[in-house]
Order: sequence, then structure tokens, then C-alpha cells
Amino acid sequence: MTVLDMIGALAAQGAQMFLVMLAAPLLTGYVRLVKARLQRRRGPSPLQPYRDLLRLLRKEVVLPDTSSWLFRAAPYVMFSTTWVAAALVPTFATDLLFSWSGDLIAIVALLGTARFLQALAGLDVGTSFGGLGSSREMMFASLAEPALLMLVFTVALIAGTTQLSAVAEQLQLPQVGLRISLALALIGFIIVAIAENARIPVDNPATHLELTMVHEAMVLEYSGRHLALVEWAAALKLLMYASLIACVFFPWGLAPAGSGMASYGIGVAAWAGKMAVAGTALAFFETVIAKMRVFRVPGFLGIALMLGLLGTLLLFVSRGL
Amino acid sequence: MSALAVLLVPLGFAALLALLPGYRISARLNVLASFIALAFAVDLVIHRPVAGRYLMVDDLNVVFILLNTFVGFTTSAFSASYIRHELETGRLTASYLRFYHAMFQLMLFGINLALLANNIGLMWVAVELATLTTVMMVGIYRTHVALAAAWKYFILGSVGIALALFGTILVYLAARPVVGEGMDAMVWTTLITHAQDFDPNLLNIAFIFLLLGYGTKVGLAPMHAWLPDAHAEGPTPISAVLSGLLLNVALYALLRFKMLLAANPLAIAPGPLMIGLGLLSLIFAAFMLYRRRDIKRLFAYSSIEHMGIIVFAFGMAGPLGNFAGLLQMTMHSLTKSAIFFSVGHIAQVKGTQQIGEMGGLTETHPLLGWGLVAGVAAIAGLPPFGVFTSEFLIVSSTFARAPVLAVLVVFGLLLSFGALLLRLTSVAFGAVRGPIGPVKASYIPLFAHLALVLTAGIWLPPPVVAWFQHVAVQLG
Amino acid sequence: MHGLAFDISHMLAGLLVLVSLAMLYQDRLFALINVLALHALLLAASVAWQAWVHDAPQLYITAAIALAFKAIAIPMALRRMVFRLGIHRQIETVVGTGLTMLAAIVLIALSIKVMLPVTAGVDPVAREDIALALSVVLIGLLMMVTRRNAVSQVAGFMSLDNGIVLAATGAQGMPLVVELSVAFSVLIAFIVIGIFLFRIRERFDTVDLQALDRFRGEKL
Repeated sequence: MTVLDMIGALAAQGAQMFLVMLAAPLLTGYVRLVKARLQRRRGPSPLQPYRDLLRLLRKEVVLPDTSSWLFRAAPYVMFSTTWVAAALVPTFATDLLFSWSGDLIAIVALLGTARFLQALAGLDVGTSFGGLGSSREMMFASLAEPALLMLVFTVALIAGTTQLSAVAEQLQLPQVGLRISLALALIGFIIVAIAENARIPVDNPATHLELTMVHEAMVLEYSGRHLALVEWAAALKLLMYASLIACVFFPWGLAPAGSGMASYGIGVAAWAGKMAVAGTALAFFETVIAKMRVFRVPGFLGIALMLGLLGTLLLFVSRGL
Repeated sequence: MSALAVLLVPLGFAALLALLPGYRISARLNVLASFIALAFAVDLVIHRPVAGRYLMVDDLNVVFILLNTFVGFTTSAFSASYIRHELETGRLTASYLRFYHAMFQLMLFGINLALLANNIGLMWVAVELATLTTVMMVGIYRTHVALAAAWKYFILGSVGIALALFGTILVYLAARPVVGEGMDAMVWTTLITHAQDFDPNLLNIAFIFLLLGYGTKVGLAPMHAWLPDAHAEGPTPISAVLSGLLLNVALYALLRFKMLLAANPLAIAPGPLMIGLGLLSLIFAAFMLYRRRDIKRLFAYSSIEHMGIIVFAFGMAGPLGNFAGLLQMTMHSLTKSAIFFSVGHIAQVKGTQQIGEMGGLTETHPLLGWGLVAGVAAIAGLPPFGVFTSEFLIVSSTFARAPVLAVLVVFGLLLSFGALLLRLTSVAFGAVRGPIGPVKASYIPLFAHLALVLTAGIWLPPPVVAWFQHVAVQLG
Repeated sequence: MHGLAFDISHMLAGLLVLVSLAMLYQDRLFALINVLALHALLLAASVAWQAWVHDAPQLYITAAIALAFKAIAIPMALRRMVFRLGIHRQIETVVGTGLTMLAAIVLIALSIKVMLPVTAGVDPVAREDIALALSVVLIGLLMMVTRRNAVSQVAGFMSLDNGIVLAATGAQGMPLVVELSVAFSVLIAFIVIGIFLFRIRERFDTVDLQALDRFRGEKL
């Protein structure tokens, strides 16, 4: 590869990384706006999360006496792992410079690290809210992660690989045909995404009532730039899941590697459109459905696990024929 | 022609009996219908028709058709006199009797159709029809326990039937590449001639389903849960029919498929599975006999035990084993129905089915008491009754090949013998317990059956022996 | 890999298995009856698709029977019955949903493992229909075993029946005799079930079969 190509590839990969980081708060703001409109309110501007982040970055950090270095370090690690995970998911182009590391299982591991640290930070403070949030989060995670892995397995069986760029390219081919396993995996992914991002019906992102908090309970003690990083990480996680579902199940519009600016532009536009659709669908779903009681969430996640298992089994049927 | 008549007579009379209001007429018509069917069955034995696409008569089913129509005839005769008493005591009302007689004939139709069917699908439908009619008759008393028994019978029977249908579909699947699509692949006479070319794996799996499905209806442990309740809570003629006819029909269906498997050299021998189930039923039922306090339940478990012995015999296979199994099927049918006739008399006299409340029968009702003794002696396998012949054949042929299994069989037989003897002495001999009114129903069916069993124990008619031997070879 | 015909029949059979699983964790009777109707609807669609792919017009009749009776008439009748029995507000304690679902998945895997190698000589559509039909049958059995309410057991039995009809249509060229008779016997069976359900209500004021157990003639 010539130096120019190298610079171009680096630029494309860097563009994706920054695009993802900058677009995450916009998606969260958009979802909030659509939800508000659906509830017949005017709602805040979609740029409001940016303003919140800027405000928080400028504020003073207040640390609890009982916290340790973990409490201070956790937001940075959470943000960076989530950012890396989000940056590895192909958004507008496949086969970018670092796409060889964009492996589904690696992404699951990165997210797992972030969640682990968040739970530890919640425990670190020593209050009961933190412990409550952490324990609930871990209960959900103990089901969500196997379900996610099972779904990854299903998709990987169809595509023949776990590397996301290759998956996206494989699933665009016409040989894939009409697959019920893919449909089941899509539903499973959506369920896991909802659970992991602390959305209704699993957790209410707008609440601060102790009976209903999960995610909010863990980050209750954060302030200032720490809180900014935590919120940004949460927004990145939502964007990452939406991008992931779009990349795996609706891979049309992704620009192949090395093509020109025009196809990159189409890719960006397609991705923006998919994110908008995802945001609208999420807002709609959250408005229509009610929050589940905490002890029913394992059943909800169990459905995702079952769907993954069933999708795999059905794949074995069609493979064995 | 006779084959059709054997089918249409019960069907037609069922329709007629459903419409007639008077129970006396319908009871007599019931007997008449069964007698006509018996006459046609005898004709079938003498003039065997050519096998058609739907019906056929061969060495295996000719005996059972005759047996079925005969037991149906004697049971209807018993029922005619028994039902009157039930009406008097108020256990049944006149409107239910219409239902009862119609269902009786419909059930005979179903069993005849199952025996005569040349099409495995048709056979399945007929067995299901027979099951449904007996379910409705078991629940006819409409008491709590009767309904519970009928519901359990219905659910377990339906599950068994469904599994059997699945097995039938698999057999069709195995036959299709060889015989071609369509009706031909379900005609039994066609299937048996081509069976050696079927896919053996598919046949194996099919047989497992069929064994579980039809085996539920035969009453093999562990699928036997419906049997004691259904026998105990239905009217006595129905208990006689269940034990004597329905169990046999289900086993007959199983035998048809065993013949298919035997014709295919690569298919796994179903022997070990059948031996296992048979032994399990035998020993389990033998143990259960000891704690029974209801006389009908006692003999219901005895039916399970005998079905276990029969399935064991067929599992051992070989000409001797199969012959013994066929003989035992016939003898058990006659003996068990005879016993249930006597139990019916006893229950009517004593007004209860609890063993603890009846006693000293040979003193108060000598004919009935000694009839019961003879029946129990027969079913326990004492000489000179026919059951002894078949059990002896089974034990001796098993001993020659697998002594350990023979020991187990003998153990089970002795166990059940002990239990039956224990109960028998308390009912037939000993202190007189319970009311001692006269017996209203007729003794003829009971003694007719016992006479037949006794004769068979001493002398089996040569044609029957020839048929059984021929079928035993075909069973593999 | 496979053509559209296979994909669609695979999808319908897979959906049937999915709906069977969904039936396992329903604890309200009206929801259960709705899922039962959906099950029969999927069966009718699957049978109709088979009829179209294999050009077997008699299967359309089976599909129509499944649709008319099992998807429409029987759920309607069951709903009315449940309402009249007054049990539509009950929540049935479903025995260990998680364990039941896992058992169901194990049964599906088992039936696939057993049936696929055995049917090697048959064409792909029939093969996967038989394998998935067996899983539907086994899940129906599982449902009958784990439920105590008589209506739920009947629902389990109906789904078992649907599985068998699926297997029968998957076996190409099976004569109409069997199909009609299967449908016919389901009808009769339902009538009998109906009679029993009402009689049980008359006698016991409940459709809970554990209550029936008290009236079992003899323990064991």
C-alpha cells in the first residue's frame, strides 16, 4: 500500500472513531425528543446532551469519603472500552484499517469489562443504592451475556466468521436466503440490547426512584467530569448496539473497503438513516410498553437465550440436510 | 362378504340401539347383534376371502376375530342380565342405557375393523374408535371416581394413539421409496412382501414409537396408569371387554408391525425392548397385587401382569415363544373375562367391590364361589387350564435360551400366584361377610368361558395349532 | 444452499416450534388459547405451502380443516367454555418455567439428533418437517405432563396433534384417508373433551386435576 493509501485508510478509520464518539449523544437526544413528542410534550432539543456533557465537564468533582482509586479510575476505563467497542463496529464502511480486530466476541468482552467496572464502582461507594444497582445489573448480565454469546454463535454459524466486517459482507450475499434463524437472532439481539442499555422494560433511564433504578443506582454518586464520561459511555453503548444490529442484520449501504468518497458518503447517509430508524423504534417501543418488575427480567432475558438456542438448533437442521 | 358383514352388523345395530328407548329390547338386540356377528365370523373362518385393499383375513387375525365376536357375544349376554340389577339399584338410568348399548356395538365394530384392516392407517383409526367408545363407557356412572378414571384413560390413551400414529407415518416413510407413493404404501399385505428392502433405521425408530404408543394401550408398565382405574370404575361388562378384547387388539396391532420388522434382516430385533417392558410389567404388577383392596383393581393388575408375560414371550421370539404368546393371548382373554363376569356377580350380591367386605362365597353361593376359584386357578396358571400350557411353554423355552430371564419370569409368576391365592382364600373361603342375596344375572357366560379354557388346556384343536405355528414363524 | 421453497417451509416449521415453546410458559388461559390458535394457523400455512410445493391438492383440504376447526372453531369454543367455567381469571402456577423451557430445548435437540440421520433417503423438505414435527410432538407431551389445569392439558394435546399432522403432510403422498381421519378423530376427541370438561365442572367446581386426584379410587 502506498503512503497515500495508508493515510487514506487511517483517515477513514479515524473518521469512524470520531464519528461514533460525537454522534452518540445525538442519538440519545433524538430518542428523548421522539419519546417526548409521542407523549405530547415539546421535549428538549436533540443537542441537549452535548450541552449537558459540556456543563458537567466544567463542574467540580465531588468524591465520597468512602470511595477509593477505583471510583476515580472507573469512568475513564468504562469510557475507553466502550468507545473502542463502538469504534470497531462498521458504521459506514467495512474492512477499515483496524477491522481485523472488530470481532464479535472481542466486542462482547470489551462491554463485559465496562460493565464489570461499573458494578465495582457502584459497590465501591459503600451505600445501599450502589450495592442494589450493582447486584441487579449483575443478575441481568448473568443471563444477558450467555444469550448474547448464543446469538453471536447463531450469526457466526450463518456467516462463517465472527469478524464483523466479514459478517456484514457475507450476509449481503443472496445465498443467505430467507432465514428464520436470522429473524430469531434479530429479536434476541433486540431483547439483549434493551436489557444492556437499561431501557424500558428492563430499567427506566429517566428515573431516580430506588425501586426502579438499576443503571442509575450504580452511578448515583458520580459528579463533574466523571459523570460526563459515564453518561457518554452509556450513550456510546446505545449507539454501539444500534450500529451492531444495523451492521449484522441490515448491512445494505455499507461501503466496501477502499472505495471512494462517494460511496463513503452513501455509507454515512445510510448509517444515519438506520440510526434514526432505530432511535424512533426504540422511542416508540419505550412509550408503548410498561416497565417490568425486576424478578420478571430474567424471564425476559431467558427468551433471548431460548431464541438463540432455537436459532442454532434450526441452523443445525438445515445444515444437516 | 362375511368380512363386510362382521363390520356392518355391529355398526348398523349401534345406530339402531342409539334410537331405541326401551332397555329390555336394546339389551336383547345387543345380544342378537353380537350373535349375528359371531355367526359371520364363523363363516369367515370356514370360507376365507381373498385379501382386499382395505380388509383381509389371514392366519393371525382369524382366531382373534372369532375370539372377539365370541367374547362380545358372551359379554353382551352377561351384560343383558347384569344391567337389570344396575337399573334396580339406581346406578344407571334408562337413558344412559341407550348410550351404553350403542357404544357397546360401536366398540365391537371398531375392534372388528382393527382386526380385519389391511391398511395400517385404517387399523389405527379403528383402534382409536374402540378406545374412544370405551372411554365413554368407563365414565358412564358419572361419579367422581368414574370421571377421574375416564379422564385419565382418555388422556393417556390419546397420547398413546398419537405416538402410534407417528410410528405409522414413519413406517409409511420407510415404505414409500420401495413401494411408491399413495395407498399402496399403507396396505399391509404389500408392506410385508417388500419389508426386507425398507430402510432399517427408519423401521427401528418407527417401532419404538409404535411400541410406546400401542404399548400404552396394552397397559405395559410404565404406561399402565390408566388401566386399574378404568377397570375398577367402569361397569363390569366393560372391564371384561377392556381386559379381554381391547388389550388384545392393541397387542395385535403391535404384532403386525413386529412382523414387518422381522421380515427385514437389518432391522434391530425388537426383542430386548419387549423383554424389558414385559418383565417390568410382570414384576411390577405382581408386587402391586399384594396391596389391592378392591377386587376389580386386583384383577386389573393381573391383566397388566399377563400382558407383560405375553409381550415377554413375543420379545423372546422364536417359534416356541411366539406360539406361546399367541396362545396366552387367547387364553387370557377368555379367562379374564370369565373372572370379571364372576366379579360382577359378586359385586352385585355384596354391593361393594372391597375385598375386605366379602367372604365365604363357596358357602353362600356355591356355584359362584367355585366358579371364582376355578377362574383364579386358571389365571394363576394352574393345570389343567389353558393358561398353564402357554406359561409352561414360555418358561421352558426361555430357560433353554436365557435361564436368568426364566428365573425372573418364574419369580413374577410365583409372586402373583401368592397374591391371588391370598385374596382368593379370603373371598371364597373363610367367614361369611357381606349380604347374601341371590344372584340375579346368568352364570352361563362365566362357565362357558371356563369350559373353553379347560378344554384348551387339555386339547387344542389342530387348525388353531396350525395357524398359530404359521404365524409364530412369520413373527420371527 | 437451498431454494426458496425449502426456506419458507423451514421458516414455517421453525415458527411452529417457536410457538410451541411460547405455549409452555403461558399462565393465563385466554393467552394460552390465543397461542393455540396461532399454532393451528401456522400449521395450516405450513400444510398449504407443502400442498403448493408438492402439487398435492388434497393437502389444501387438510389445511382448510386445520384452519377452520383448530384455528377458529375450537379456540372460540374453548374460550366460551373457559368463560362459563369461570376460570379465566386464574393464574396457573406453571411448574418452573426455566426448567421446562430448558427441557423443551433438550427435546428439540434430541428429536433433531434422532430423526435427521434416520431419514437420510428422503427429500430435504420432508426430512426437516419430520424432525421439527417430532419436536412439536414432544413439546406437546412436555406440556401435558407439566400442567395441572385440564384446559392446559387439552392445549398440550392439541399441539401434539398439530405436530403429527405436520409429520403426516411432510410424508409425501400419504393418502387422504389418514388425513381426513386424523382431522375427524380430533373433532371427535374434542367433543368428548368438551363433554368431560363440563361434567368435571358439574362434579367438582374446578378444572384442577389435582382436585380430581383426591377422588382416585386407591392411592397408587
